[in-house]
Amino acid sequence: MLAKFIHFITRTENRISVSSSVLAIISGLLFGLIIMIITNPLESIPAFFTIIFSGFTDIGRVLEIATPIILTGLSVGFAFKTGLFNIGAAGQLMVGAIAAIYVGVEWTFLPSSIHWLIALLAAGVAGAFWGAIPGFLKAYRNVHEVVATIMMNYIGLYFVSYMVEYRLYDLENARSLTVKESAIIPYYGLDKLFGRGDVNFGFIISLISVLIIFIILSKTTFGYQLKAVGYNKDASKYAGINEKNGIVLAMVISGLLAGLAGATIFLTGVSGRHLETTEVLVSEGFDGIPVALIGLSHPFGILFSALFIGLLEQGGFYMQGFNFAPEIIDIITSSIIYFSALVILFKGFIVKLYKKNNMKDVKG
Amino acid sequence: MEHVIEMLNITKEFPGVKANDNVTLQIKRGEIHALLGENGAGKSTLMSILFGLYQPDNGIIKVNGETVKISNPNDANDLGIGMVHQHFKLVHNFTVAENIVLGQEETKKGLLHLDEAIEKILYLSNRYKLKVNPNSYIQDISVGMQQRVEILKMLYRDAEILIFDEPTAVLTPQEIEELMKIMKEFAAEGKSIILITHKLNEIKNVADRCTVLRKGRGIGTVNVDDVSLETMAEMMVGRKVTFKVNKKAPRMGDEVFRVENLYLQSANSERMQLNNINFNVRRGEIVCIAGIEGNGQTELIKTITGLTPHKKGKLFLEGKEITHYSIRKKTMAGIGHIPEDRHKHGLVLDYNLAENLILQTYFEPQFQKFGFLKFSSIYTNARALIEEYDIRCGKGPYSIVRSMSGGNQQKAIIAREMDREPDLLIAVQPTRGLDVGAIEYIHKQLLSHRDNGKAVLLVSLELDEVMNVSDRILVMYEGELVANVLPEETNENELGLYMAGSKRGEVHVS
Repeated sequence: MLAKFIHFITRTENRISVSSSVLAIISGLLFGLIIMIITNPLESIPAFFTIIFSGFTDIGRVLEIATPIILTGLSVGFAFKTGLFNIGAAGQLMVGAIAAIYVGVEWTFLPSSIHWLIALLAAGVAGAFWGAIPGFLKAYRNVHEVVATIMMNYIGLYFVSYMVEYRLYDLENARSLTVKESAIIPYYGLDKLFGRGDVNFGFIISLISVLIIFIILSKTTFGYQLKAVGYNKDASKYAGINEKNGIVLAMVISGLLAGLAGATIFLTGVSGRHLETTEVLVSEGFDGIPVALIGLSHPFGILFSALFIGLLEQGGFYMQGFNFAPEIIDIITSSIIYFSALVILFKGFIVKLYKKNNMKDVKG
Repeated sequence: MEHVIEMLNITKEFPGVKANDNVTLQIKRGEIHALLGENGAGKSTLMSILFGLYQPDNGIIKVNGETVKISNPNDANDLGIGMVHQHFKLVHNFTVAENIVLGQEETKKGLLHLDEAIEKILYLSNRYKLKVNPNSYIQDISVGMQQRVEILKMLYRDAEILIFDEPTAVLTPQEIEELMKIMKEFAAEGKSIILITHKLNEIKNVADRCTVLRKGRGIGTVNVDDVSLETMAEMMVGRKVTFKVNKKAPRMGDEVFRVENLYLQSANSERMQLNNINFNVRRGEIVCIAGIEGNGQTELIKTITGLTPHKKGKLFLEGKEITHYSIRKKTMAGIGHIPEDRHKHGLVLDYNLAENLILQTYFEPQFQKFGFLKFSSIYTNARALIEEYDIRCGKGPYSIVRSMSGGNQQKAIIAREMDREPDLLIAVQPTRGLDVGAIEYIHKQLLSHRDNGKAVLLVSLELDEVMNVSDRILVMYEGELVANVLPEETNENELGLYMAGSKRGEVHVS
């Protein structure tokens, strides 16, 4: 395993990828430090170390935060590999969430041992459906997926509000009804293992997803086709690959992953989270974009970058011990995240540096 | 002061490769100096050094006798050095004039002022008979015209030393002739021209002297008039080269492929892009479709292979109608296709060589099981093809195709297409942009395919190739077949007349 990892790191292209991600994260952190120094110079240094390191004392929380954004990161990254920019993970996530809550509230006839699993699957199916629509539009009507997925985000959001208000309304608390206890994703002892925080089987599901997506992309004919379409649509067509099917399927899988993320957010905790009638697109949906960018769309990279962001957000929570306004903390964490997402910039820079020192293929 | 440019003992090393090894190049005023070498010989590196894109590790550059340091293209411009790159650097939705002034815009009160520029462009255009309209948009003009815009760009900046990087690779025979005339005119005026090329005929036609590079080293500089084509070719590749294709008499068999009454209407007008096309190809036969670029050859091949859908007309392979087969079904039925644009259609440049070699067959049991790729057989397959077709690349089957040279990319496609042993091999301009060695190789492969009793359909713009390789020639003009002739019963002159539409022959399915 270790030998394989070392082999992975020592391959040029991987070395470039990993080092550019690390460099991007470091510059993101430095940028965050600058904001801290400007807003609160006296406490900036201890606060800086708090935001980076305090998360390590609270692994459970970090994993809880990371679980959905691993999935949305995979959602965005998988679409990237096929040449599609899925900005619609947020909407797919919301639709997945409402499907999960609906099943959790209404389908009480299910045996309690599989109730949560069905709710989770329902979320995946709903997300997949929501991803399929822009996929179809892109493949058969050439509607740009960025435009279509943004529209679908808002359609999804208002659909969710409608469902909460007219189908699943809890009059007393002015929010969605509480799901049955059997619909909550079980802990299987993970909460005890990692301490504070709601680490449940959802985290394992996100790990399994990472593995499955990795296998699909690198080991299967299906992944070979999808990447070929992503790299060069014309050559794929020439080779007889049905590139339209590929686009739709990629969006279906992308949506499925985002939908699952919705379930892991809303079916977690003692009684699950509730959807408000004034709900907005949850931030985990958009976090998938920087997660995928920092991880350079590689499933393992996405796993690490999601954990990094989890660490950062939990660190931000502890920063409240210092004299920072909560809004400033939000600004700092999101600056770090988005600055880190400039990894592509660093990759170009490192490739240039590498080429300068080590030019392999010289054209005459 | 005899030389305008002297590059003395230039050495440029990249790790693992000496791109230039003690190369000396001296250009006289008013001469056309050819820089000859195979792909990878170091021509582009040398010119990139002269143009300020790279710094030499060793050696000096003198312009007009004075040692200079050229650290970027702006320095080169200031020294009067201009370059027409192989891939034009033009903004497509800008006009000709806007492209030419780009970077040197004149403004009045902060607004772009083009009038004087247009006047200067018109003056230059008329003086050298370039026939460029400064107000046309780049996207609307032909490739040949775009090249002249690049030339005007250099003239507009008062360049005295003009570098042309493979200028004829994208031109039709007529355009090539005109370009040669323009170059000679420049030279007569005292401008110096460096012509980077690997086409010997062109050198013979226009160049005064020629410097030959091979594997990064300068082999020598010769007066073009004193040496034969064969000598230059030998200097370039380091061995004897045969220009005549060694061709056995064809042993023709049954019909393999037939096109019947094929029509194709253009998407946004009434014009017919293909007008009642009928022809066939037999076993053991190379049928060549000749014609000037843009007369429907591309559309014909795309229609046959299924890349462009069509409504009217029928296609038969081995007597079976395949008109409405999908692309994959056609491929599997026995059509191989070496596409015109190898980067756009032929290869996934970011995949490695092994992955590219299974582009149409990855789903076959040989390469997958239950949807999982069988990497060991994929790489075994690649190694075998690399060996058999002599594909040269740094990391073997793991080489990313983008990093391979054009000739080896083309070899990869040929290996992939021929290895399936298709009954009909379609090759569209398979030798475009390749050097003599690679061309020789590709012609041999096409002939061996035909000698194995398969059919070959070749589309070519090069008359030499048409005459040398084919067993039968069809000429296309404005979407129609206007001639069906045998190479031994015609000549280049007659073919030229067919291609220009001034003569029509009898076309019938033989």
